[in-house]
Amino acid sequence: MTDEPATTRAAKLRTRKRDRRRVTVVGVVGELLITAGVLVFLFLGWQLWLNDLIVGDQQNQVAAGLSNSWTSGNVSLNHEQVITDYGDPVVMKAPAEAQAFAVMYVPRFGADYRRTISEGISTTRVLNKNGIGHYGTTQMPGAIGNFAVAAHRTTYGAPFSKIAELRVGDKIYVQTKDAFYTYVFRNRETVSPQGVGVLDPVPQFRDVDPTARLLTMTSCNPKFSAAERMIAYSVLESWQPVSAGPPAAIANLVSAKG
Amino acid sequence: MYGALWHILPGPAWVRVLILVVLLAAILFCLIEWIFPWVNSMLPTPDVTVDE
Repeated sequence: MTDEPATTRAAKLRTRKRDRRRVTVVGVVGELLITAGVLVFLFLGWQLWLNDLIVGDQQNQVAAGLSNSWTSGNVSLNHEQVITDYGDPVVMKAPAEAQAFAVMYVPRFGADYRRTISEGISTTRVLNKNGIGHYGTTQMPGAIGNFAVAAHRTTYGAPFSKIAELRVGDKIYVQTKDAFYTYVFRNRETVSPQGVGVLDPVPQFRDVDPTARLLTMTSCNPKFSAAERMIAYSVLESWQPVSAGPPAAIANLVSAKG
Repeated sequence: MYGALWHILPGPAWVRVLILVVLLAAILFCLIEWIFPWVNSMLPTPDVTVDE
């Protein structure tokens, strides 16, 4: 080694350096493949996690705005758990398609969970954009029969991501411009994608006259799949006009500007 | 490819790292802001409604 002339050593070093820098086809293809792999993982992370956080937060803000537009941010904070009987619930008329007409609060889905409910179940015009959509063929909140809504369980903000976590007795609150409706979760069911019986005024009993006031939520099942539908039924427990203030459990959420 | 990019960039190592970080941030922003939503709209969404 030490006997080697300096010029040869320098030449060798130069060759080695050039070798390292040489761009080969295999090298470029390999780097492109690695890049593609990283991009796919980034996309999945975005689609399944980050975007749901971002969109979910936006949907929450929109719902807060809608709620505030009805109460002007002024609500009487009545923290007593007294259920007053206001008679038959007021029922609003169905609005135009894609119009947000109600706000849903589900404490089981998160302490600050609130989402708008819009008219119609178009995937592109309602579900991908606004969150929860109302089946136009079913009743409105508070009405005798079935108030049926649908929302994504994954992606696009995933308003019903925790639909499988509802427990019997969980409260689901629906606010319209007129009233607050308190529904109580009753049971869950999985049906085929064609299982339209869940939308009947008395679900699965087509020719029976309804007497109860139900809320039906539909989403996909299992997660990330369209093989089945998960259905969650709730029953109206009570209602109160907006002037009476929100139910105590969501009073802070309703008064919060978001 | 990425080796070549490193050699093309000017300045000392820390300047090159800085440039790369800025470049990466810009690429990530474009991905999240435009490219991912576009790809997402091309993918099928699991249906959540019941119908005949």
